[in-house]
Amino acid sequence: MSDLLSTVVSAGTFEGNQELRSRSELTAKEVMREVGAVLRMSEADVALLAEVEADPGEDQTMIINMGPQHPSTHGVLRLMLELKGETVLRCKPIIGYLHTGMEKTGESLTFMQGGTNVTRMDYASPLNNELVFSMATEKLLGIDGDIPERAVWMRMLLSEMNRMSSHLLFMASNGMDIGAVSMMLYGWREREEVLRFFQKVTGLRMNHNFIRPGGVAADLPAGWRDDVLEILEMLGPRLDEYDTLMTGQPIWRERLQGVGVITRDEAIALGATGPILRSTGLAWDLRRDMPYLNYKDVDFDVVVGSYGDAFDRYAIRLAEIRESMRIVRQILDKMPGGDYRIQNKKVTPPPRARIDESMEALIHHFKIFTEGFKVPEGEVYVAIESPRGEIGCYIASDGSATPYRMHVRAPSFVNVQALPHMMRGGLVADAVAVISSVDPVLGEVDR
Amino acid sequence: MTTDVLHDCVLGQSHGQSVLFVPKDRYIATLRKLIDDSYTMCVDLTAVDFLTHPGRTLPEAIAQERFEIVVNLLSMRDRTRLRLRIQVSEADASIDSAFDLYPGTEAMEREVFDMFGITFNGHPDLTRILMPEDWDGHPLRKDYSQGRIPVQFKGSAS
Repeated sequence: MSDLLSTVVSAGTFEGNQELRSRSELTAKEVMREVGAVLRMSEADVALLAEVEADPGEDQTMIINMGPQHPSTHGVLRLMLELKGETVLRCKPIIGYLHTGMEKTGESLTFMQGGTNVTRMDYASPLNNELVFSMATEKLLGIDGDIPERAVWMRMLLSEMNRMSSHLLFMASNGMDIGAVSMMLYGWREREEVLRFFQKVTGLRMNHNFIRPGGVAADLPAGWRDDVLEILEMLGPRLDEYDTLMTGQPIWRERLQGVGVITRDEAIALGATGPILRSTGLAWDLRRDMPYLNYKDVDFDVVVGSYGDAFDRYAIRLAEIRESMRIVRQILDKMPGGDYRIQNKKVTPPPRARIDESMEALIHHFKIFTEGFKVPEGEVYVAIESPRGEIGCYIASDGSATPYRMHVRAPSFVNVQALPHMMRGGLVADAVAVISSVDPVLGEVDR
Repeated sequence: MTTDVLHDCVLGQSHGQSVLFVPKDRYIATLRKLIDDSYTMCVDLTAVDFLTHPGRTLPEAIAQERFEIVVNLLSMRDRTRLRLRIQVSEADASIDSAFDLYPGTEAMEREVFDMFGITFNGHPDLTRILMPEDWDGHPLRKDYSQGRIPVQFKGSAS
């Protein structure tokens, strides 16, 4: 070990191993963090919890790696677990295997190009990433109130469809992790229908770069209404099938109920948002509590759980697909006509037809796509509710055409940090269920 | 920039959002007071390196430094957000850790340490989180070059 250390030191700066070390090398604070201690309890409270026993000595425990190439870690999440027999005592998520410096890249892309970058972060709900980036840019430009109604409703439609596809992907991966492999096929099958709709609207199944500062890239194609209705009609009965297959099934319930429990105060302290926070019974949904777009004009329920366990998180996501379907139906009724992007020459390129007849339009088009548009100096933080929780975008601008600093507050990044707490005292087999119930997207965790 | 005062700190507005400029030495004490004001959730903690953007707009009372720690707090009771901006100098690139008050900031502070090289006093495990542990430098600093991979096009003169 000391040999290894010295070679690492000579290779460059050395700032400590990113690994779960043995308890003898740690400070008390770090151990507390790794056993998932979040809140301080009074001595009296601790005494009440009679089953809490002191952790065994190091000779009785074992530290193992789970990942980064474990099939149930959703990509390249590595967990180091300290085990006593089959019981998890400590856990430390080790991330960064998918880090590609997207925030640094974002500093050299114009606000026009930035969408292509952020859309690759949470690749299971790309449209929400684009939405939050566009909203932050619009706020800096001061045009956030001038976005045409049709663009706003289109954004809502796409955001909700994306929530459906993301939660369907969760249904698939959760089923696969728990052992209901047939569920994996069903989840992917239904998600594919939604992606097909995205392909028709945006041209791509994923990484759309469709929601842009100022509106959206194109109008909805002919026949979009029928496509959406088809999906809604198909999905309703399929979700009922999921209920039959999983929700009421004793094996499924046994596997998930009481696993990975987290309380409301702990979730708030850890900053966990989305279905994790709602599973503890706190009805907090940015769509309702701090409305953006036109969410105040649609009617939907915020689904909450009561136990804060993996089953609640599963049930919440299933119910949220139904709520999204409800919202989409209302959007179908309310979709207005008109422009799909702001008619502000500063941010919107001239239409294709104008380029053929006007030299100025051609120059303008060229300038917007090569140099981008300048955004006034300032800084702004905008947050929306993505399928995984609060996704936020912090942009500091220095008045040029590229963001001076672009930071994305990724819900998965924060939610993954709640894992040590949810794992503590559970079995290794349950660890898989817990990771799955957090539904992390590693592209977003590592950015 | 119109300003106000909250807990003896300058309270500004940025595009309709409240921004509190907290001196570094009163950072933790102010957080304690803000928790009592129901800002119970720390949503985000990040930093900005203003090396190549001197003379940014700040309230008059605030002396600008190279780094700025940006903390986003959320009050679920009042449904409001508050952003803290703390100036951190290049010579003393360190600040107290908010881990004791908001355990969720543990990973975010590690990310800021990794990307900007700002140390957090009292942090339980201040190691790199996204970059490899033997990495040189802190990538999101403005004096850290982005790097390029040379592309050779087929058939072009080398």
